[in-house]
Amino acid sequence: MALQSLDITARSATTTPSPGVRETEKVAKLIDVSKCIGCKACQVACMEWNDLRDEIGTNHGVYDNPLDLTDKSWTVMRFSEVEVEKDKLEWLIRKDGCMHCADPGCLKACPAPGAIVQYSNGIVDFHEENCIGCGYCITGCPFNVPRISKKDSKAYKCTLCSDRVGVGQEPACVKTCPTGALVFGSKEDMIQHAEERIVDLKSRGYANAGLYDPPGVGGTHVMYVLQHADQPQIYSGLPKDPHISLLVELWKGVLKPIMSLGLGLVALTGFLHYVTMGPSETPEDANEHQHGR
Amino acid sequence: MTNHWVDIKNANLILIMGGNAAEAHPCGFKWVTEAKAHNKARLIVVDPRFTRSAAVADYYVPLRAGSDIAFLGGVINYLLTHDKIQHEYVKAYTDVSFLVRADYTFEDGVFSGYNEAKRKYEKDTWMYEMGADGYVKTDPTLANPRCVFNMMKAHYSRYTPEVVSGITGTPKEQFLKVCEMIADTAAPDRTMTIMYALGWTQHSVGSQMIRTAAMIQLLLGNIGMAGGGMNALRGHSNIQGLTDLGLLSELLPGYLSLPGEKETDYKAYIEKRSYKPLRPGQFSYWQNYAKFHVSLMKAWYGAAAHKDNNYAFEYLPKLDKMHDMLQVFEDMHQGKMNGYFCQGFNPLAASPCKAKIGRALSKLKYLVTIDPLATETAAFWQNHGEYNDVDPAKIQTEVFRLPSTCFAEEDGSLVNSGRWLQWHWKGAEPPGEAKADTEIVAGIFVRLRELYRKEGGAFPDPILNLTWNYAIPSAPSSEQIAREISGKALADLEDPKDKTKVLRKAGEQLDGFGQLTDDGKTSCGCWLYAGSWSEKGNLMARRDNSDPSGLGNTLNWAYSWPANRRIMYNRASCDPSGKPWDPKRKLIGWDGAKWGGADVPDLKADSPPADGMNPFIMNPEGVARLFAVNKMGDGPFPEHYEPFESPLEANPLHPKNPKAKNSPAARVFKDDLDQFGDAKEFPYVATTYRLTEHFHFWTKHTRLGAIMQPEQFVEIGEDLAKMKNIASGDRVRVRSIRGFIKAVAVVTKRIRTLEVQGKKVYTVGIPIHWGFQGVAKNGFIANTLTPSVGDANTQTPEFKAFLVTIDKL
Repeated sequence: MALQSLDITARSATTTPSPGVRETEKVAKLIDVSKCIGCKACQVACMEWNDLRDEIGTNHGVYDNPLDLTDKSWTVMRFSEVEVEKDKLEWLIRKDGCMHCADPGCLKACPAPGAIVQYSNGIVDFHEENCIGCGYCITGCPFNVPRISKKDSKAYKCTLCSDRVGVGQEPACVKTCPTGALVFGSKEDMIQHAEERIVDLKSRGYANAGLYDPPGVGGTHVMYVLQHADQPQIYSGLPKDPHISLLVELWKGVLKPIMSLGLGLVALTGFLHYVTMGPSETPEDANEHQHGR
Repeated sequence: MTNHWVDIKNANLILIMGGNAAEAHPCGFKWVTEAKAHNKARLIVVDPRFTRSAAVADYYVPLRAGSDIAFLGGVINYLLTHDKIQHEYVKAYTDVSFLVRADYTFEDGVFSGYNEAKRKYEKDTWMYEMGADGYVKTDPTLANPRCVFNMMKAHYSRYTPEVVSGITGTPKEQFLKVCEMIADTAAPDRTMTIMYALGWTQHSVGSQMIRTAAMIQLLLGNIGMAGGGMNALRGHSNIQGLTDLGLLSELLPGYLSLPGEKETDYKAYIEKRSYKPLRPGQFSYWQNYAKFHVSLMKAWYGAAAHKDNNYAFEYLPKLDKMHDMLQVFEDMHQGKMNGYFCQGFNPLAASPCKAKIGRALSKLKYLVTIDPLATETAAFWQNHGEYNDVDPAKIQTEVFRLPSTCFAEEDGSLVNSGRWLQWHWKGAEPPGEAKADTEIVAGIFVRLRELYRKEGGAFPDPILNLTWNYAIPSAPSSEQIAREISGKALADLEDPKDKTKVLRKAGEQLDGFGQLTDDGKTSCGCWLYAGSWSEKGNLMARRDNSDPSGLGNTLNWAYSWPANRRIMYNRASCDPSGKPWDPKRKLIGWDGAKWGGADVPDLKADSPPADGMNPFIMNPEGVARLFAVNKMGDGPFPEHYEPFESPLEANPLHPKNPKAKNSPAARVFKDDLDQFGDAKEFPYVATTYRLTEHFHFWTKHTRLGAIMQPEQFVEIGEDLAKMKNIASGDRVRVRSIRGFIKAVAVVTKRIRTLEVQGKKVYTVGIPIHWGFQGVAKNGFIANTLTPSVGDANTQTPEFKAFLVTIDKL
């Protein structure tokens, strides 16, 4: 879902400058893990707003369902049972999904022109019509978020409801969150709100409560309030100090001198993709038809 | 709820016990996070499982399923021995100073008056000592050993921290930490709210668990206060409305009660319920019983109910016994019923002991289900393999399925847990042939009435004379029904203070139950709802959320029964002289002429504090009862009894009295007696519950719900998993004496092994949501496992504590 082109500040694999006359406020979604009850209303709202329905899966011996992000589940709750202090069990429930990095590794890694864009409000969006399905965005993502659809071989992830935000609404997940664990606003306001929450958490004995806004990716437009900000990894493997993979940085370094060939390379990649993957729609469609019956 | 959802934000301390609000009431739970975020509130969760509520709690402690009275009784003992009570409040507003009859006794777990053969108490001795003046005798010095205070103190002195820990499995230090936190709210400017749900009601001693908690709140002065109260979280959006409107077998609308089969005399019926004050100067609001009753009969029977026929008293059925869910299926199981109308109810899934329910339904000639969904009950005769292993050829019951609308497909009101009648508007047209429940039931009624008209019958009058003046008789509108329930004047109503004035003209809607009369001049379908649709219009449809006091009472949002009052017993938020205990949370006050403020005062609005009218106006005492007199079926003071299926040999409080192992007055049918499992064969404590992702047995019919939680599972702790060689994700079979289910195992740290009476107790958690209808993966009905025993007061089954065994498949 695209915002107006005036709001686009960065595009993947593109050398022409982006429009720059309009400035919008940087936005952020703040996920307060200490208020989250793991009800999954955000997962439902995400599928409803985006008109997606994931498969009805199975139980894997945990509360997490669907078990992982998919092309249709752009956000999932990850439940972990930890004892930071001995005999003091905590059930840390983290809403996982795209972090909307200020320095997005996916966009850097993407070889398809305009398949990944960044808006001036900070949202990183995939334009699937330009996606060639190479999966480089996954390599580029320090948070392991994008998922390639088996149906159309395109990458999908949370859009931070750029379509809603573009018309002044909050993301669907924020709108539906019953406990106020999800809040949305300007990044500045969200940082301030987080600071108040951290004071409260410290008063409840969480000495290491803090904001997760990792500098390694230039900060993020989805941030967490964590009870144990010194150990983000206990929240189902939230990276402690995320960076864009060295491979991606290297690849960008090599690519830059031959940027003039960029377009040709993309065309080639696209051609190769067509040759190797083929027109896969027919059998998938047939499958769906059967499901439909 | 004595208070309401929004009011939770005013609490200093929140105790969630006997419920799991984050899981089952995630939307209302926002007020808990609000209290934490903006009122620095602390949250305690006490539960056999570390729940989603516990995930955001400041303090969690485990306890054994079914041992809540031991825990709460221990809290009472702590408050009394550490002198952490709100003295002024307790003295003024409870019955502590009342003297108890000399022949009331409690010996080794059994109260006086026990009839073992009937499993019932004769409750004459459970009463106060009465003076010659007709009032209860009191001792304000509290020196008399027979005063309620000392009786209570003696009763709970047995509940020491060591005893509590030995019964509940809660480590002693953790129990004491909870006591300390709770005791802190005895200060007049500190309040605790208690949020509970079916985790308390669904026990053979469920009502008494709730009572014990209410006693704690009274001792702390937390009833009637903003941010306090006893707050029952209702499990369906309109289950509060169901009880309000009298859909329980022994009730009439507004908690009026049906006459018993011996109550054939109208005057005696009314007098018995019009309680005279037990202390001087008290309101004893039930003295108005006749006004409520007569107005109800006028709403139902119009001109056919008049003074000369005692307002059609003979039309009312006279109750032989309670016909609650367990009793109905017992009767059906005994072949005493031919047909059953099952409206918005899925008993095959929702009632205990699925096998018995299935056998019972098989004995019917016909079953009618009125439901938006294809329920398991409607398909009870189909073979669904292991999930419903029946032989359809052997079942002769004819099943009629009448598709009804969902709430969003009709206009109407829902009553929430906080007693708010909130009007809602149709959001979508019903699918297919679905009709509103009112249309289905009215259609049946109109045809039945026609048959009675033509063919007569044993007693056609109550059917033929029923008021049925709806615009479309076969499809009454929600608006017309709501107006009828709220009530109107049938003749001009004079102002009792000034006879020249007319309060309401004939035909006008009434302003409230204060205008009801006992002479047939008013009609009202439910006195508690009177005024919800007045001449000002439909007050339930109001959506003004302005909140001048900041306490969240929003008096112009919807309509709250009774009388639009938001916090019940709010007179108790002020001291006897009329000053608020906590000026920062002032609900009401006395301005020299009348009571008023941020809420509708809960007493006679012009009764000056000096007159001493006490806050608990529905009690003839005027004060709250710590000693329940004869109001409970199983004792005036709550006592811990073991669940009917217990891992223990005896009640640790009464180890030598087998009669007092389980609640002596809980109801067990003869054919269910041999259906209790033994700890030797079924060593693990099981408890059933809901998950956030699902609503009962409904949302497995929706794809989104099914995606979120697709497949049946059970939860066990790591110790039991190790013993049984079960890993997360393995398939297991859980078996009770009544049947088995198979599910995926979730092995979790959140269920702990508890140390009880020197032995280890393991808990098996069983979510209830699966069945053999819908789009989620088919599963077993959890109530295949549960026992058929009813609480002595409500006959609610014991779903929260029973015995099972578990094996890896």
